Amino acid sequence: MTRSGFGIGRIRWNWFAAFSGLLVLLPLASETNTPTLLAIWALFALSLGLMWGYAGILSFGHAAYFGLGAYTYAIASFNIGESTGPLCLAILVPMVVAAIIGAMMFYGRISDVYLGVITLVVTLILNRFMNATAGDAYRIGNARLGGFNGIPAFPILNLPGEPDVQIFGTPYYYVVVACLLGGYLLARFILSSSFGRALIGIRENELRMELLGYNVPALKTAIFAICGGLAGLAGALFANWAEIVTPSVFSLGQSAEVIIWVIVGGVGTLVGPMIGAVLLGTLKIMLGMQTSIDNSLVLGAILILVVLLIPRGFAPAFVAWRGRLLQLQAYRRHARGTTRRRLHLKEAE
Amino acid sequence: MSEVVVETRDLSVHFGGVFAVNGVNFSLRERELRCLIGPNGAGKSTFFKSITGQLQGAESSGQVLIRGEEVTTWPTYRIMRLGIGVKTQVPSVMNGLTIEENLWLSASRTNPDAADAIVEEIVAELTLQSIARRQVRELAHGQRQLVEIGLVLANKPWLVLLDEPAAGVTGQEMQRLVAIIRRINRTAALIVVDHDMHFVRMLEARITVFNQGAILVEGSADSVLNDVRVREVYLGNRAR
Repeated sequence: MTRSGFGIGRIRWNWFAAFSGLLVLLPLASETNTPTLLAIWALFALSLGLMWGYAGILSFGHAAYFGLGAYTYAIASFNIGESTGPLCLAILVPMVVAAIIGAMMFYGRISDVYLGVITLVVTLILNRFMNATAGDAYRIGNARLGGFNGIPAFPILNLPGEPDVQIFGTPYYYVVVACLLGGYLLARFILSSSFGRALIGIRENELRMELLGYNVPALKTAIFAICGGLAGLAGALFANWAEIVTPSVFSLGQSAEVIIWVIVGGVGTLVGPMIGAVLLGTLKIMLGMQTSIDNSLVLGAILILVVLLIPRGFAPAFVAWRGRLLQLQAYRRHARGTTRRRLHLKEAE
Repeated sequence: MSEVVVETRDLSVHFGGVFAVNGVNFSLRERELRCLIGPNGAGKSTFFKSITGQLQGAESSGQVLIRGEEVTTWPTYRIMRLGIGVKTQVPSVMNGLTIEENLWLSASRTNPDAADAIVEEIVAELTLQSIARRQVRELAHGQRQLVEIGLVLANKPWLVLLDEPAAGVTGQEMQRLVAIIRRINRTAALIVVDHDMHFVRMLEARITVFNQGAILVEGSADSVLNDVRVREVYLGNRAR
């Protein structure tokens, strides 16, 4: 067996190039505001998909890191001005917070159910706290937290070292796409490394991995922190897109939505969560334009239907259908060949 | 005299008021093969788990020493890194991965550069070539037992703990298992827990009998199997 025989985590470069090309050419055919938001959500879903699908860690409060990234960016950009530092902090702060919470949970041997509850509670606490920060007393440097109204009008992303050259519109779309593709490549790189394979082993059987000498709590903490950082990046990009950060980034709805995106797209894949985010995100935007049906009802109904009809999600179902189609084509080719040979034999007789 | 590699001193583990292991003093020498037998609930598996640090948080006292180093409070992974391989009572394998991937995870931790070669070697040794790329969840119980033993072998351990390796194994597979254990024993010390007396006899090893959490008797297969106390509590009087 070669190391590549470990069939998980290999990248299909032709698919990647085609998909990247599509994203690069998209602004020629469409406006970029909505695709930018969808790409941000895709990055957010990717961060949960990596952690849940490959390390088996399901966080019910993943929005905590998304929100921390958004708030960190907003607060830091008010205080620093130039956006490079705030963007780095927006990755670093959620990463450190995730590492601390992860270490407490994983070294404390907390079971999956309690892990879900703790992550959910962290999000709720952040949501409640941020909602209660109205008034001048709640200020970090130059940034007022603003309570329910959040933080508006902070300096948006600029060219590194050029605070006056702000990035918005189509160039910002390309920044977000670069972050999404970079996040995807990072996830692939992780999965193809010994670290990623150990995570897959942990997902399959934690006790066995421990009996093989793997430091399971450390590995789980590491991936939890990395995914927290990715979610933080998505949060910072969202803050730049919306140009305002409110406590709703920590909402239960935000945490629930990302779980639904991952389930619908397909747990255990990287492309699936991104597809789920784009599909359901588009639907959410479309539904947001009308008032006759409640948004959450439709999303809930879709989740139930997907779980019942395609329990593994869209991406794995697509792979399975493609496999069956290829098998069918191969069978038909074989059958045609056999019939031709028979006819030739009859003619020869 | 060869070095003592595993030693427990007055080891006790209790759950509430029940002592699962009660003041056990046990020692195993380098490249020794030892079988642990005893009735259900005698404390064999708990003793096994306490050696490997799997009972963190349980109320326990006494000491566990591995190659003279006290490991009583160490986490499992750290004890395993000393060079120990464990096969658990119920096959503990990565069901969603192939046999090759399972073995690779074991080999790559201790020997990342030679992992592929080790996997090939173990697959050949256990004659699993034809099913090496099948997911473990598709395999029969006996094959899964073999995969787990493969996981232990791929780690190249000097101390191997096998909990009921013969459970669910057919007669022919048992012969093979005995040969594999003997092969492991050339380079490693082994503790084998099993109920199957036929299998235990085949191993021709020194036997420790557990009863009610304590060591009842220790000795050669013949002396232990003819011991009146062992017949009374475990084998029954019809056993030979």
